[in-house]
Amino acid sequence: MLKINNLHVYYGGIHALKGISLEVPENKIITLIGANGAGKSTTLRAISRLVSASEGEIIFNNEDISKLKTTEVVKRGITLVPEGRRVFPDLTVLENLKLGAYLRNDKKAIKDDINHVYEFFPRLKEREWQLAGTLSGGEQQMLAIGRALMSKPKLLMMDEPSLGLAPLIVQDVFEIIKMIHQEGMTILLIEQNAMAALKIADYGYVLETGTITLEGTGQELLNNEQVKKAYLGE
Amino acid sequence: MTLQEFLQNFANGISLGSLYALIAIGYTMVYGILRLINFAHGEMIMVAAYIAFYTVFIFSMPWYISFFIAIIITTIVGILVERLAYKPLRSSPRVTILISAIGVSFFLQNLGIVLFTGRPKAFQVPTLFSQVYTIKGVNIVSLTFFIPTITVVLLILLVYVINNTKIGMAMRAVAKDYDTSSLMGIDVNKIISVTFGIGSALAAIGGIMWSMKFPQLTPTMGLMPGLKCFIAAVLGGIGNITGAVVGGFILGLTEILLVAFLPDLSGYRDAFAFILLILILLVKPTGILGEKIAEKV
Ligand SMILES: Nc1ncnc2c1ncn2[C@@H]1O[C@H](COP(=O)(O)OP(=O)(O)O)[C@@H](O)[C@H]1O
Ligand SMILES: [Mg+2]
Repeated sequence: MLKINNLHVYYGGIHALKGISLEVPENKIITLIGANGAGKSTTLRAISRLVSASEGEIIFNNEDISKLKTTEVVKRGITLVPEGRRVFPDLTVLENLKLGAYLRNDKKAIKDDINHVYEFFPRLKEREWQLAGTLSGGEQQMLAIGRALMSKPKLLMMDEPSLGLAPLIVQDVFEIIKMIHQEGMTILLIEQNAMAALKIADYGYVLETGTITLEGTGQELLNNEQVKKAYLGE
Repeated sequence: MTLQEFLQNFANGISLGSLYALIAIGYTMVYGILRLINFAHGEMIMVAAYIAFYTVFIFSMPWYISFFIAIIITTIVGILVERLAYKPLRSSPRVTILISAIGVSFFLQNLGIVLFTGRPKAFQVPTLFSQVYTIKGVNIVSLTFFIPTITVVLLILLVYVINNTKIGMAMRAVAKDYDTSSLMGIDVNKIISVTFGIGSALAAIGGIMWSMKFPQLTPTMGLMPGLKCFIAAVLGGIGNITGAVVGGFILGLTEILLVAFLPDLSGYRDAFAFILLILILLVKPTGILGEKIAEKV
C-alpha cells in the first residue's frame, strides 16, 4: 500500500533521514521504533508532506505522493495523528471531530461516523460540547485518534499516541489501536514504548539517527538481543 | 452641555466607534491568523473610497452598484496584497513581513498620488445617507443611523460565519495551528486568503461610510483611521474579534466625548488615541479582552 524508497530529509544542515526504505502492506500494523531524535516523527511528517524530502520516493497505491500538498495526501487517504495530539484546544470536541471530516461532504455519513467514534470513545460523547483544551491527556489522545478516523483514512499513522499518558491509559490506547485494526485499518505506528508496539505489530523497523538498522516481524524484534538491550530495557 | 448636545455627541461617538470597530476587525483577524500587524490595512479605506468615487464620477453608476464594485475590488486588492507581499515571506522572521506591510502601505499611498493626484476630491454622499432629521431639537443626519445599523448587521453575520460554518471552523483552526489544520485537509493558504478577503471587505464598507462621514478623499486618507483602528484592536485585545469591536466603540466614544466636554483639547483629538495606546501597553499589554497569545508553531 505504502512504499518508501531511499528517503532523505534535511532540516537546514541537519540530515534527519539518511535514505530510509520501508513498506506498509494493506491491513497490517507496522511499527517504527527508535530513541528520541532518531527521525521517527520526521518520517511521518515527510509522508504527510509537512516536511519536504530532498531525495527518495513515497509511493502510495502506485502513485508518487512525495511532491503533493498535505491536503492532497489527506485526500488520497493518509491521515496522521500528530505527536503531542494537537487537538484544537478552543474548539469543542464535536468541532474537532467535524474538522477531521473537513474534506467530506456526505453530511449523513459524517454524522454516522461521529456516532461510531463515540462508540469507540464514550467519554468523548459525554464531553461533546466541552472545549478540547479542557480534556485530560488521555481524552485528548482519544479525540486526536477519533478526529483522524473521521477522514475515513486508508492508512492511519500515529506518532507516539501513548506519550505522556498514565500506564492504565496507555493500555487503553493500545487496545483501541487493536480494535481499529480489526475493523480493517492499515496502521503505521511510531512508539518509544517499543514493547507494547512490537506486541501488536505485524512488522517493525528500528530507526537509529536517521537510518534503519533492523527490521523484522514484531515477534522477531521482541526476541532480538540488540532490541532487548536498547529498547526493552532488559 | 444640554441633554440635546450630549445625545448628539453620543450618536456621533457611536457612529464613529462603529467605523473603528468595522476596520479594527481586519487588523485583529489577520493578526490572529498570521501574527502580523497588517499596516496596509488602512489603505483599503482609501482604495474603496476612490473606487466608489470614480465609478460614480466617470461612469455615473448608481451609488449602490458603485459601492458594491468598490467592496469587491478592495477585497481582491486585500487578498492580492497577502499573496504577493506576505505569502512569499511566510517562513521569514516576523519583522520581515512587518516591514513588507509598511512597504505595501507606502506603495499604495504613493500609487494613489500617481493615479488620483494629491488634490482632495469631494465625495458625493447619496441623498439616502445625507437626510437630516430633527428629533426633539437634535439634528441627526441619516448616516448616523445607518453606520451603526450596518455595522451591527455585519458583526452578527461575521460572528455567525466564524462560529457556525465550516469555513469559520477552519479559520479558527488555522489561527491556532497551521500544520494540524493542513492534516485535516484544510488548505491553509485558501483560509488565509479568505481571512484577508473578509477583513478587506469590512474595511471597504467602513471606508465608504467613512468617506460619507468625512467626504474628502486624499491618497493618505487611510493612514489616520488605519492607525486608530489598529489602536482600537490593541485596546480590545488583538486577535480577539469582540475585543476589536469593544476597542472601536470605546475609542470612538471617548474621542468624541472628550472633544465635546473639553473643547480646549480638541486639537489633541488624534494624539489622544496614541496616548491611550501607550497607556494600554503600559498597563495591560494584552488589551481588555486579550489573553496571552502563544507564538505560532
Ligand atoms: N523542525 C526542526 N528543525 C530542525 N531540526 C529538527 C526539526 N525537527 C526535528 N529535528 C531534528 O531531526 C532529528 C529527528 O527528529 P524527530 O524526527 O523529531 O525524531 P523522533 O520523532 O524520532 O524523536 C532530530 O535530530 C531533531 O533534532
Ligand atoms: Mg517524535
